[in-house]
Amino acid sequence: MPNESIAPGTLGAALLIARKDLAIEFRTRTAFFSALLFALLSIVIFFFAWDPTAVTSADLAPGVLWVIFTFSGLLGLQRSFGVEQTDRAMDGLLSSPIARESIYLGKAMANLVFVVAVQAVAIPAVALFYNVPMGGTWLVLAGIALLAAIGLVAVGTLFSAMAVNTRLAELLLPMLSLPFFVPVVMPAAQATARLLNGRPLAEAAGWLRILLAFDIVFVAACMLAFPFTIEE
Amino acid sequence: MTAVADGPAVETDGLVRSFGARRAVDGVSFSLAHGECLALFGPNGAGKTTLLRVLAGLLKPTGGAARVDGMTLPGGSGIRARVGLISHHTMLYPALTPLENVEFSARLHGVPAPREAALAALRRLRVADRADVPVRSLSRGLQQRVSIARAMVHSPRLVLLDEPYTGLDELGAAALTAALGELRAAGAALMLVTHNLSEGLSLATHLALMIDGRFARHEPRAGVDERAYATSYRELVTRDA
Amino acid sequence: MLWVIAVLAVGGAIVRATMFTPIEAVQGAAQKIYYVHVPAAIVAFTAFGLTALCGVLYLWLKDPRLDRVAESSAEVGVVFTSVVLITGPIWAKPIWGTWWTWDARLTLTLFLWFVYVGYLVLRGAIEDRSLRARYAAVLGALGALLIPFIHLSVYLFRTLHPMPILLKPGAPSLPPEMLTTILLAIGAFVLLFAALLRARYRLAEMGDAVEMEGEGAR
Repeated sequence: MPNESIAPGTLGAALLIARKDLAIEFRTRTAFFSALLFALLSIVIFFFAWDPTAVTSADLAPGVLWVIFTFSGLLGLQRSFGVEQTDRAMDGLLSSPIARESIYLGKAMANLVFVVAVQAVAIPAVALFYNVPMGGTWLVLAGIALLAAIGLVAVGTLFSAMAVNTRLAELLLPMLSLPFFVPVVMPAAQATARLLNGRPLAEAAGWLRILLAFDIVFVAACMLAFPFTIEE
Repeated sequence: MTAVADGPAVETDGLVRSFGARRAVDGVSFSLAHGECLALFGPNGAGKTTLLRVLAGLLKPTGGAARVDGMTLPGGSGIRARVGLISHHTMLYPALTPLENVEFSARLHGVPAPREAALAALRRLRVADRADVPVRSLSRGLQQRVSIARAMVHSPRLVLLDEPYTGLDELGAAALTAALGELRAAGAALMLVTHNLSEGLSLATHLALMIDGRFARHEPRAGVDERAYATSYRELVTRDA
Repeated sequence: MLWVIAVLAVGGAIVRATMFTPIEAVQGAAQKIYYVHVPAAIVAFTAFGLTALCGVLYLWLKDPRLDRVAESSAEVGVVFTSVVLITGPIWAKPIWGTWWTWDARLTLTLFLWFVYVGYLVLRGAIEDRSLRARYAAVLGALGALLIPFIHLSVYLFRTLHPMPILLKPGAPSLPPEMLTTILLAIGAFVLLFAALLRARYRLAEMGDAVEMEGEGAR
């Protein structure tokens, strides 16, 4: 009976949705494997587009990494609200007693896991193929990657929710997202470059501050904006 | 069971929902008690689906008033917790199994013991034997039954059904009718949108005919002759067109 | 009426800039483009600010007039941004010796152009009017929020990678004739913006009326 049921709170509902999305992704694996394959292919293609006598691998690696993360992330985001669209599962979410924000939060969490999983394979792959000594820097690099992933996912999840309701879904998501990715990718690539060239981290402090500020501002703004993207 | 059934399950007064200048629902007033079933007939585009979506909390009303289980629309999670929605879209995730789908919905509604509740709902719709295969491998009729189990797992006080019999075979239809009977016995009110007159007439306690966003006819089922109603329906629809 | 005044004012400013303002000693005649470039840039940024402001207000008040202003302002803003992006390189070629440099301000303007062209494409891709208005409002507001971040990024990028820039555009102490001309030009462009905005707003109003009629007839 309904009086015994207590709807989960925002975070609880978000975790339910994230877990459900990851279960679907784990079951189908299409988006993850295509993103991964895309990442590995890009790593290889970039290698041959580059003259090793002119550019050192430590200079090239950051650019390669962040181009890959941007585009493979878009592959995952594309699918994020697509799964809700197929049989209008979104109506099921919206007619349940959970808060609207928890849908955004849950989707964003699942997307973050997706992007981080791609990063977890792509970073070692770049280190391997480009012969970049990561040494003791990998923990810091992982931190930068996580900060950037949060920014990409915060904006991308919102735009994914919007793009699925338009006539140009596949085209519109990258078109809207990429300008917003500039203040994420640029700082992340710059900080990575300093790191891989063995420069002190203090040199990248300004970049990291931009990244952190972007995360805070856009996670909050996109969560506030999300309920406005729901038809009612 | 009937402790909450003091007031009507649904009560609307001049309810309006417009899209731009078009009034999809244009001043609908009715009330439906717990345990009753309203069959809603009408041609395509009459506003039946919009009315259901407003009552389900998916669309905000643009005018008039509506109360579901005593709570005023547009309400927050309280109203949505009491409503179950079934439409021609299954609202299921094809990659997940029926059990996972229904359990997910149960958890979103905060149903205690969600897994058991999900299994019970699937059993009631006679799809429990297929509970662990992906939904996408099921026939359209079986998917529809899973979708109905999804909408009933939280024992809603008001069940909104948009063409629920479409795509169901005889067994599925019988299972749905039985499940709807159980819900009504437990005090839920039903609103059933359908194109099939005899189907609606056999289930309903009340009838409404919706044309251009308004109720053109609205009366209790008792004393309505099916043939006369069919003739009247045709006349009203063609006169308006 | 506004139209006539705006066109006359812009014409007047151009005549004054070309005929009656002294030629700048170092840059020569190329500097004249400054009287179009700077006012266009000021108007472009104002237009996008207006789009963002109307977007936020729309989400709050849900008044379709706000959405029409936002749409009109974005469209006019894209036109002025295009003028900025075209006049910039024309000036840069003789002065900096290159058509395009990743100068902080130029880069910012380019990204602004991308965001608001995306805004117009988004509007074109949605049928439902209220959904279109809400999505556009969200994007317009987020676009305004993005500007400081892009500015910071390109600024930091620039300062760390100095490029061979001989001259910087900006607001140095201008001789009085030039200052008067630039102020006149800015005033004229603001008038032109107002005229274009009003014309575009009326067009949006008419488009909405046609759409409403179509919806009502259904």
